[in-house]
Amino acid sequence: MNFAVIVFPGSNCDVDMYKAVEDCLGQPVDYVWYTQTDLSKYDVILIPGGFSYGDYLRTGAMASLAPAMESVKKAAAEGKLVLGVCNGFQILTEAGLLPGALRRNQSLKFHCKYVDLKVESNSTPFTLDYQEGEMIKIPIAHGEGNYYCDPETLKKLQENNQIVFRYEGLNPNGSIDEIAGIINEQGNVLGMMPHPERAVHEWLGSEDGKRMFTSILKYWRERNGAA
Amino acid sequence: MFKATVFVTLRESVLDPQGSAVRGSLHTLGFDEVGEVRIGKYMQLEIDLNDRAAAEERVKEMCEKLLANTVIEDYRYELQEV
Repeated sequence: MNFAVIVFPGSNCDVDMYKAVEDCLGQPVDYVWYTQTDLSKYDVILIPGGFSYGDYLRTGAMASLAPAMESVKKAAAEGKLVLGVCNGFQILTEAGLLPGALRRNQSLKFHCKYVDLKVESNSTPFTLDYQEGEMIKIPIAHGEGNYYCDPETLKKLQENNQIVFRYEGLNPNGSIDEIAGIINEQGNVLGMMPHPERAVHEWLGSEDGKRMFTSILKYWRERNGAA
Repeated sequence: MFKATVFVTLRESVLDPQGSAVRGSLHTLGFDEVGEVRIGKYMQLEIDLNDRAAAEERVKEMCEKLLANTVIEDYRYELQEV
């Protein structure tokens, strides 16, 4: 199973993401520079966090138009798995692969800390190894994670079971309906503000993020036999 | 040639936490008359076109595709011949 970690100018969680795949799964993983347009060899595309293009204009706005993103859209349309974390989530909304937008945190503060998340759905390829309703501890590190969508879109997200993670207890950014992560209607593109790749060992403070990676592999193996 | 001036602000229905913070600070300074504050972006673009209608259409497209995120932002623009 081949993983790609897309690297934009200003990405800074690319190494974490790469190491998480290496450590949790031992599967082949490549850094893919944002100018590359052929992603055909990859089964999963990971869009890491950071400050792509210095957050110029809006977070994720410039990266969403980078050459690699056309191929990410194509891969998503083919049903391949795409995971965007933090800035990656912002890029996916700007690219139109996920609905809504991420606004400045309501407190105007950059929050870097562990948060409690509730796994709202374990029927996605990214959450198979969790229990529905399970509480997990994953770190956040963002200034603009305040998810917004219009009421009509929110209703659709709720009805289709597209809200995958919610903040439990204190909502760190003012996000609508406590949303921390959502999936697209087809169920193969997930965006989330918290960083599962930073929670893959007890010595990192939590290993609750590990099962996102094992879920992805499990999903793929179920569909493709072994490997 | 035209000079386009583009203004982008959060939509009325979207809370503007920066605006609220600035309003609070203005009140601290004694500017009690200040009601709602909205913060936005101001952009200047040189447009190398001679036809006003064409320039307008292109600028609108730029706003829709990149300069504003219409999920949360409104935009307006002014065109000035130069």
